[in-house]
Amino acid sequence: MSTKVKKMLFILSKATIENAYAAFVMANGARMEGIESEIFFTFFGLEAIQKKKLEHLHVATVGNPGMHIPTMLGGLPGVEAFATKMMKKEMEKLDMPPIGEFIEILSDSGCKLWGCKLAVDMFHLKREDLIDELDGIITIGDFYSRADQDGCHLLFI
Amino acid sequence: MKKVIANKEIDVNEEGYLVDFKQWDKEIGECLAGECEIVLTERHWEVIGYIHEKYEKEEPLSIRGIKKSGVINVKEFYSLFPGGPLKKATLIAGIPKPKSCI
Repeated sequence: MSTKVKKMLFILSKATIENAYAAFVMANGARMEGIESEIFFTFFGLEAIQKKKLEHLHVATVGNPGMHIPTMLGGLPGVEAFATKMMKKEMEKLDMPPIGEFIEILSDSGCKLWGCKLAVDMFHLKREDLIDELDGIITIGDFYSRADQDGCHLLFI
Repeated sequence: MKKVIANKEIDVNEEGYLVDFKQWDKEIGECLAGECEIVLTERHWEVIGYIHEKYEKEEPLSIRGIKKSGVINVKEFYSLFPGGPLKKATLIAGIPKPKSCI
C-alpha cells in the first residue's frame, strides 16, 4: 500500500486543546507513515508554542455544540477548566502525550515547526518566549515555499 | 497468503506482515529488513528485542512508548528505520502492525 501524499503542511491558527491535538496527531501520524510534515503556528495557534502557555490550553465549552452542554452553563466559572481536566484525563488513558512532550516527539521525528512572523510581531513575542524546538520564525510566503514537491498538501486548522 | 523468504514458507497478510509470530526467526527478520532496504545492526536488534518484549506482554506500541523505553530515543528510531519507523520495525520483528494513531 503506498500513498501519493508526500508532505503535509499544517497551519494551526487556534489555541483550543482539540485543535492543537488535531494538528499534532495528524503531523505525527504523517511522520509515522513516512510522510514529511511541518506545522506553521499563527495567531492563537502561537499559544501552543509559548513556553509559559503550552501546558495551559483549554477545550472550548462555549460555542462548541460538540460538548452537549448549554452555552450559558459552559460560560460559568470553572466549567472550562473542569472540562479540560476531564479531557486531559481521557487523553492520558489513551497514552496521548501532553503538549510539551508531543512537541519534543514531533521535533525528534523530523516534523518542522514554524512561528508566523506577522503574528509573533502582533503579539509582541520574542524568540525566547517560544519553544526551543522551533525551527524558525517565517512568513506565510516562506511557508508556501516549503511545498516544494509533488504530493504536498496544505491544511488550515 | 504464502510467501517464501530465507528459503522458508511463511504466512503474511496483504501488507506483508507475518500472520503467525511462531514462524519468525532472525534470518527471516534480516530478509524482511532487506526488502525495506535496511541492513540490521546491533542497535536494530536491541530495538527489535524491545518490540518483542512489549509484544509478549501484550502492551501496545506507540511512539511515546519508544520515547520512554530507555532503549532508544525518537530521533535514533527514525534514523534506524527510515520512512515509518514503527511500521517497518514491527514488520521486520514479525508482529502485527500497530493500530494506534499515536
